[in-house]
Amino acid sequence: MQPLTAKRLGLICGGMVAVLIVIILFALKLGAVPISVADLAMLLFRRIAGAEEPLPTEYQMIVFNIRLPRILLSVLVGASLSVAGAGFQALLRNPLADPYVLGVSSGAALGAILALGAPSLLTPLAAFGGALAAIACVYLLGRRGGQLDSYTLLLAGIITASFLSALILFLMTTLPSRDTRGMAFWLMGDLSSSSPIPAGLLFLVMLVAIGAIYTTAADLNLLLSGEQEALHLGVDVPRVKLVVYLSASLLTALAVSVSGAIGFVGILVPHIIRLLFGSDYRVLIPTTAVGGAIVIVLADALARTVNAPNELPVGAITAMAGAPVFLYLLRRRLS
Amino acid sequence: MNPPPGTDMFVHDSTGIDRVGPGEVRLLLELASYAYHARDRAAPLFTLEATSLSAHQRQLVAILGANASGKSTLLRLMAGALAPLSGRVQLDGFEVSKLDPRTRAQRIALVQQESLLLFPVRVWEYVMQGRHPYGRGLRFETEEDAKVVESALAQVGALHLKPRWMHEISGGEKQRVVLARALAQQPLLLLLDEPTLHLDIGAQVDLLRQLRWLAEANRYTVVVVTHELNLAAEFADHVVLMHRGKSLRVGSPAEVYDRDLLEQVFGAALEVETGADGTPRVRVRGRLPSQA
Repeated sequence: MQPLTAKRLGLICGGMVAVLIVIILFALKLGAVPISVADLAMLLFRRIAGAEEPLPTEYQMIVFNIRLPRILLSVLVGASLSVAGAGFQALLRNPLADPYVLGVSSGAALGAILALGAPSLLTPLAAFGGALAAIACVYLLGRRGGQLDSYTLLLAGIITASFLSALILFLMTTLPSRDTRGMAFWLMGDLSSSSPIPAGLLFLVMLVAIGAIYTTAADLNLLLSGEQEALHLGVDVPRVKLVVYLSASLLTALAVSVSGAIGFVGILVPHIIRLLFGSDYRVLIPTTAVGGAIVIVLADALARTVNAPNELPVGAITAMAGAPVFLYLLRRRLS
Repeated sequence: MNPPPGTDMFVHDSTGIDRVGPGEVRLLLELASYAYHARDRAAPLFTLEATSLSAHQRQLVAILGANASGKSTLLRLMAGALAPLSGRVQLDGFEVSKLDPRTRAQRIALVQQESLLLFPVRVWEYVMQGRHPYGRGLRFETEEDAKVVESALAQVGALHLKPRWMHEISGGEKQRVVLARALAQQPLLLLLDEPTLHLDIGAQVDLLRQLRWLAEANRYTVVVVTHELNLAAEFADHVVLMHRGKSLRVGSPAEVYDRDLLEQVFGAALEVETGADGTPRVRVRGRLPSQA
């Protein structure tokens, strides 16, 4: 029960990052082609040192051109969706909020599909527009008598998600010459296809959006007790809400445009983090980002190996793990 | 020297010790009004008519009235959560609704009836929230913050609760912790919306005695919305009697506690007695068969 200091925050985040690195190394080793720990260590060491490569070039190909990009994509998607979930939870004052459950992911997916055929840089922008529209819609529908009602909000989210999914299905079947199986896979959440946008740019946008939410971390702690109360404790409520609304939607759009709609990460990860480190958003935001990365890297490793050589959509794995957590939280709130 | 209208109302002290001129009025409401609308151009659902009052530091003001009489609206005007439709609401000469939230929270603390907690919070963390308007960025707690939190908890006699969870402590204990958070804001003006609501009579007396003492020790101006007529008479310097969106009378309890007025406001047969010290007492005027 000591107050939060920069040192304690650093220790917690450092520990989480160390775990993430171990998990990434594990995921690099995992796959159809077995690579020994020694070989992997040598590969990485030589890549970092810039030395000549004595190992077969297929190994290099597999590790650096196939597995590593996919792992980096998992890190991006996991961190984005988890922080978006934590952000929506504070914005809507509802621990059950999640970009997927609220229909924000579907909104982003619809935007991305509508932008198919347009230049690839437009896809995330269209997804961003879709995400903003979806959460605005849920927010307005979820109000009752000027107050946000927890269950009305969830229902509004679920209905919005179903409606948007129906629209997506309609588009998928009517659009000519589309790879429907690929799109169905993408809708379930899929990390196998690489994005045409440079990973560096995606990471930059993600870090800016997470950083923006993080600047409001202390305010979010108070916003959880209600807008009125936060206002009287000195929080600039409209500004904080706008920052979180835009950033969380952007993060969702980012994740959806590269990996489709992966569900329940946004609820699973912040919940586990709260159990581990408490509900202080100053700790929650960075640890949730790293935790989300860990969860998706692991889930994708499972998706690749559990039924090899066939792949599962990673969204199926996160839903299998996350839906029970959602139900547990819902039951606990009802009791 | 002629004080502006409305400011001289509370400037009367028989001892003359605390006598202060109109320039030192801390809280000033001048013909402040407000109206709630369902929609922009619809007729107002509720109107608070122009209300004037003023108070100095170390004074305790009680707002009395039946339900839906405008007590809470008046309090929210003072808190700066609502901007008056007309008139002025000022704290030390600043219009409160125009202060930025941070500055306002350093000067005004509001204790509301219900505080909903979404995730479990420890008592000390909760009180630490009162330090929010003083920090920047991530607001790592300073030693000064920790000291202020300790002394706030000590002032309400809840220091022993510090490591406990908010959801584990009793209603009366929670009331004190919520008050401690307001104290941690180190405000000039302390506003309380029906703080006595769920307390037994002993706890109510304790709370008001405490507020009286805090007003004195910390030089607060305290404003309490309450239904407890007799407690208000005992502890308040001034009372505001609200009825259907109108402040019927503002003044000392002896001036305001008029039988006809109270009966009109509360719609019950009442009797007002005056004690030896000049404090009025309100009694229900019942026909008790045994006394008939």
